[in-house]
Amino acid sequence: MKRPEPRGPVCSALGALLTNREPDAEPGLIGVLRDRAGAAIRDTDDILLDEDLQAALYTAYELRYSGLEGVDDAWEWNADVLALCTAIESRFEQALRDRVPMPPLPAPGIDTVAAALFELTGADTGPSVSRYLAKKATDDQAREFLIHRSVYQLKEADPHSWAIPRLRGRAKAALVEIQADEYGGGRLAHMHSELFARTMRGLGLDDTHGGYVDLVPAIVLASSNMMTMFGTHRRLRGAIAGHLAAFEMTSSLPNRQYGNGFRRLGYDQSVTFYFDEHVEADAVHEQIAARDLAGGLTEDEPALVADVVFGASACLFVDSLAGAALLTAWTAGESALRPGPEPAPALGPAGARS
Amino acid sequence: MPAGPDAAVSITACPNGPLLVRGTFEILTPAGEVIPARRKTVALCRCGISTLKPFCDGSHKAAGFTTEPEAPTGEPA
Repeated sequence: MKRPEPRGPVCSALGALLTNREPDAEPGLIGVLRDRAGAAIRDTDDILLDEDLQAALYTAYELRYSGLEGVDDAWEWNADVLALCTAIESRFEQALRDRVPMPPLPAPGIDTVAAALFELTGADTGPSVSRYLAKKATDDQAREFLIHRSVYQLKEADPHSWAIPRLRGRAKAALVEIQADEYGGGRLAHMHSELFARTMRGLGLDDTHGGYVDLVPAIVLASSNMMTMFGTHRRLRGAIAGHLAAFEMTSSLPNRQYGNGFRRLGYDQSVTFYFDEHVEADAVHEQIAARDLAGGLTEDEPALVADVVFGASACLFVDSLAGAALLTAWTAGESALRPGPEPAPALGPAGARS
Repeated sequence: MPAGPDAAVSITACPNGPLLVRGTFEILTPAGEVIPARRKTVALCRCGISTLKPFCDGSHKAAGFTTEPEAPTGEPA
């Protein structure tokens, strides 16, 4: 994808290193990056809301997904880039461990862990973007909602797929069963990221991966970065399993509301299918994820029960912060998007609006 | 999955939730027409309030549907 615009000194230093063509300059650029990152990590007030650090981590992580335009793919495994990720991740994970509420831990096992996760996700009283979208959102707010979600949804399922080779037995079979459905069960047009792209086009939005990354606030990047952090560290396999379970368990009912909101605004099935599909799909996935994936993992590795619950609770915690950012702006009659270098491209609706 | 390895179809009764159906199966209307399933594994409603029947839409959670036997009444605990 296009390299995200720098949001501060760490992003600028990372960009300078990744695009450097002078081998002699590299040690100096690495030194600048290390110094700036060290200072930013030490001084940040809240790493979840830190535009510079979350955007730098997002940029470095993108090397593990689709790569960055104009940047050599070899940087993915460069020791200095990995050291940057490790330094930011260490502070990021600590902030999550400090702040994510932890309910009493269930005993390891399928029934106990599934029951605990259903209780945790059922008690979630986060701000309801879905109710707002169903009842009140304007066309511009609906478009903004898609822009926020596009950061993850255009690569939907990918962060959790990292966990497949790190699991075994029942938990692995469950994850593969869910992911196969996420990727369309062999039908490209049904791949969830493709369905989301179609929804974006229906509202005249650019469906290029990363097309709107520069417009979303840090908390949206933090939500995506958290998944990549959980997914790409084997040590955190419990957390990524718990994250997926909580994500699926809080999806069916909100997606019905999202679909209703877009119908209320006059959009047809080519726009709403993504949401309607998730109502049905995630009613299946949540059972598999809570029982066989999360519960099955704790049966196989009982020591992971705390991280399964942590990952689930972290999903609810960070996504409720992201939702609150949207609702706070909307109820004040504002936008939660950052001012971009140019206005959000409006390509003209692709004809879905009736 | 922990289904009997030779079963053509397995149905998992999820506590307080739907019936998960895996395998090779058809879902039919009373007139015998096939109701298309959009995925290999489906969840069938058993709380009665899904808006996508026969499929589950997660509504059982909002309704507090339970599959546990009711606690006996009239007897001291």
